[in-house]
Amino acid sequence: MANLETQVLIIGGGATGTGIARDLALRGIKCILAEKDDINAGASGANHGLLHSGSRYVASDAEAAIECREEGEILKRLAPHCIDNTGGIFAAVSGDDEKYISDFPSMCQKCGISAKPIDIKEAKELEPVLSEKTIAAYLTEDASIDPFMLSLENMAQAVSLGSSYMRHAKAIEFKIENGKIKYTKLINSKTGEETKVFAEQIVNAAGAWAGEMAELASVTIPMVYSKGSLVITQKRLTKRVINRLRKASDADILVPGGAVSIFGTTSIRINTLDAIYPTVEEVDFMISEGAKMVPILETTRYIRAYAGVRPLISLGAKKGDDRSVSRGFVLLDHTENGVDNFITITGGKLTTYRLMAEKTADLVCRHLGISATCKTREEPLPSTTHGKWTEPAMTPKMWMQKQKTDDILLCECEMISKSAVDSLIESAKQSGDPALKVLGLRSRIGKGPCQGAFCSLRIAAYMYDKGELNLDSGISDIKFFLNERWRGERPLQWGTPIIQSEIAEAIHCGFLSIEL
Amino acid sequence: MSRIELKCDLLVIGSGIAGMAASLFAANRGIKTIQIGKTNTLSFTSGLMDVLAVHPIEEKRLWKNPWDAIDTLKKDISGHPYSKVSKDTIEKAFKELVAFLKSADVPYANYQNKNVNIITPIGTLKPTFFVPESMLNGVSALEEKKPCLIIDFYNLKGFSALQIKETLKDKWQNLRTAQIKFLDSSKEQFAEQMAYDLEKPKNLDKLAKEISPHIKDAEILGIPAILGVKRHSSVLSKLQELLGVKVFEIPTIIPSVPGIRLKKAFEDKLQDIGVQSFYSQEVIQVFHKDDFVFDVTGAASMFKIRTKGVILSTGRFFGGGLSADREKITETIFNLEIYGPFLRKVWHELDFFAPRGHNINNCGIETDEYFHPIDKSGKVIFNNLYAVGSILAHNDWTRMKCGTGVSVATAYSAVNAFLNQKG
Ligand SMILES: Cc1cc2nc3c(=O)[nH]c(=O)nc-3n(C[C@H](O)[C@H](O)[C@H](O)COP(=O)(O)OP(=O)(O)OC[C@H]3O[C@@H](n4cnc5c(N)ncnc54)[C@H](O)[C@@H]3O)c2cc1C
Ligand SMILES: Cc1cc2nc3c(=O)[nH]c(=O)nc-3n(C[C@H](O)[C@H](O)[C@H](O)COP(=O)(O)OP(=O)(O)OC[C@H]3O[C@@H](n4cnc5c(N)ncnc54)[C@H](O)[C@@H]3O)c2cc1C
Repeated sequence: MANLETQVLIIGGGATGTGIARDLALRGIKCILAEKDDINAGASGANHGLLHSGSRYVASDAEAAIECREEGEILKRLAPHCIDNTGGIFAAVSGDDEKYISDFPSMCQKCGISAKPIDIKEAKELEPVLSEKTIAAYLTEDASIDPFMLSLENMAQAVSLGSSYMRHAKAIEFKIENGKIKYTKLINSKTGEETKVFAEQIVNAAGAWAGEMAELASVTIPMVYSKGSLVITQKRLTKRVINRLRKASDADILVPGGAVSIFGTTSIRINTLDAIYPTVEEVDFMISEGAKMVPILETTRYIRAYAGVRPLISLGAKKGDDRSVSRGFVLLDHTENGVDNFITITGGKLTTYRLMAEKTADLVCRHLGISATCKTREEPLPSTTHGKWTEPAMTPKMWMQKQKTDDILLCECEMISKSAVDSLIESAKQSGDPALKVLGLRSRIGKGPCQGAFCSLRIAAYMYDKGELNLDSGISDIKFFLNERWRGERPLQWGTPIIQSEIAEAIHCGFLSIEL
Repeated sequence: MSRIELKCDLLVIGSGIAGMAASLFAANRGIKTIQIGKTNTLSFTSGLMDVLAVHPIEEKRLWKNPWDAIDTLKKDISGHPYSKVSKDTIEKAFKELVAFLKSADVPYANYQNKNVNIITPIGTLKPTFFVPESMLNGVSALEEKKPCLIIDFYNLKGFSALQIKETLKDKWQNLRTAQIKFLDSSKEQFAEQMAYDLEKPKNLDKLAKEISPHIKDAEILGIPAILGVKRHSSVLSKLQELLGVKVFEIPTIIPSVPGIRLKKAFEDKLQDIGVQSFYSQEVIQVFHKDDFVFDVTGAASMFKIRTKGVILSTGRFFGGGLSADREKITETIFNLEIYGPFLRKVWHELDFFAPRGHNINNCGIETDEYFHPIDKSGKVIFNNLYAVGSILAHNDWTRMKCGTGVSVATAYSAVNAFLNQKG
């Protein structure tokens, strides 16, 4: 068993964990980030990608609303390459709560959030897909954010400053001695190899899994889980983020993301974190509900669905639906529970990840007796090559610029060429063996209309040629990758997608007999 | 608006393997036949012809002998299309098809009347029955584990000889690989274009020269299926002669040259035997249902067809015979009754590769023993309409490995039923 030493071990590679890694690194503190799967495998890779202006929370949670406004402004300034500053529209349709509509501007004003009333005609001009039944509309400061690029860039900067990232490294045991975690045992989920990490401080940034993690140190965090599902449309439907102007509820946000739009969400209480996937029922419900605000949702083509889990910390029993359980974040110093060097940060939002990281790093510094101030409020997030392939138009742009006939496209839907795959492999190799899923996370591979049926085969063949795959590992790799994609396609099987999946099955089962 | 009206005895709708086979059988029996096909699905197929290899699918039970498998299948799944045909029918149907393909210079063969394993481009083994003759050498070479060289081509994507070698490592140690630049080109390569290029003797000579130095101790060469389209047999034998070793083809990911060979053979030769065929034309609606009258449309034309009988071989979702919206599955021309009123939430399994297969693959048209579509109560809907091929219910061909077999056998039965009824 290998032993590693570090100042800080961070468990969880979502926006929060990678944000903490960067924040600490900028303060001169080195860490190891251990992630059981890969960057953004949890909620950070399964959310709406909405950089909240705060308007959504003005009624339910003014404090969270203000945090969103402040953090949104900081991120637009310091990480503009991860953000599409679209602006937003809050729109109500006939039948929506009139009182909420009339209170909305003053609630926003109280939180210092801008909400400019516009008339219906103007709203329809700005966003023609809005319903004919729209009765009120406000312009807000909402924006769209690429969470993959965000986390990859945060981690990349931490790594450039001497920290390290371990993929497929699951924390499975804490060795506690004299009220301290002496070491943390990690297991590599691919190889089964175990590693002991001796760290002065351990940060639990495991999102919805934070409770499980704390349990390993015999600490109980009262958590409930709320699953939310989302669907991606094949085309971008609006320029701006559209919110239903009503008390925050299901199926009321439409966020543009590059060439597509993301619509959601649901809120379903679940008891375990084992099988998180979107269902047919959720998709059908969302479409019929959402069509009241944006009717085209009823007929537009969808390419993928996905689901994430919100960890909700039940601090005292509040009644009502899961949206009234706090969505603010919690930072817990487990010194109180008799474990001196263990901190948990969970809950919150993608929008507030930086603030969560700052507060966590402050506490880590206090524990370590180091006085170093936070830099992420002022320092821009550097743009590196690690994040760039997640951008929808990036690979085609690079390919067109180079115009080398030799550099053929391995993925035709998203125009990803051999040389792009080469650099993805290089980037992925910094934290373990490359696999299709690992490349898929760092790029748009498998995200086009073919949903991976063709590109999985072509890229696997190319990886064998490069010596990156051997024996029959490519077979399980292809199956694993396609099944991951399938989870998100399954609830959307009608119209064209059902044709696509029939072809995929004809090739992979009918012909290649990969299921045998 | 008055439009041209064509007349025939039998209209075959569909130009997949089922429609092609039905047109062939009809023409061979002297039936005045028109065939309409909207798209070309054949060049998407691998060119392999399955009869039956897996049953029950949840157990992944593989059969060496497809005929024994069919006997068991008939007992277990009474609705399967094979339960309506005899073994004799299947054999006769294939015999007639294979003879036709041989006359079109697309020779097919089978090996000891058993299912065979064909190496796929990802190194898995695909169990099937009739295979292009060019693939048969590979079957015995694998069984005997002969020293073999497999080549691939630079920039022919989705085909890596190394992948095949690695994946087959514990089954065939005697494999070596080499990568060749096709006719010195570093551009992207397309299988169909390569196949046409190799029909020119000077290109084939050049390729043989490239490959020769790599042969060494190999007794047989495996090559992506690019050895000619229309002049395939002569390209294959010439290459064997030039190299002095046996050569076998390995099918490629779609569009595949063996599929294209089938398509060309049918498109060229069915006309010769009297089928009036219209490809890239679509049947859009049906009027009359006694003598059927159809509206047909294509890029530059619109016409009517009056026919005494119809064979519906429009395939599933990919072919266009079925379509799905959020609530239901519909048959696209006659709005026939579809077996499988299941809810969408149970159409598909959570695991794409689930051994039991997806429920939706069992949906489709149910028929009587003559392949007349029936309604819920079991009543024949039109006694001059037949449904054949993959549109039939209870037939998960992708898991059972019975796609072409079911298409060909049901086409044969339906044509004969039509003939008997007419006469
Ligand atoms: C449906 C949905 C929509 C949302 N939409 C928005 C939105 O539009 N805007 C917004 O601001 N916020 C949104 N959120 C909230 C936001 O996504 C989350 O608050 C945020 O991503 C949480 O990040 P995290 O890093 O704390 O947790 P996560 O991203 O869940 O990261 C936790 C990580 O820990 C890893 N892990 C777990 N156990 C272990 C272990 N034992 N060892 C190692 N690693 C482990 C997991 O694999 C995971 O990657 C949404 C959430 C959901 C569910
Ligand atoms: C990727 C792939 C791999 C395969 N591999 C194998 C294999 O290894 N072994 C094997 O035995 N078989 C294989 N098959 C073939 C498979 O067996 C056949 O596709 C199947 O039997 C279906 O044949 P079909 O003729 O019923 O339907 P299809 O091939 O789907 O043909 C339907 C036809 O109907 C036409 N059509 C539909 N609606 C209309 C309309 N309104 N007007 C006019 N025309 C219309 C379509 O254009 C099409 O030509 C493969 C197929 C695919 C796609």
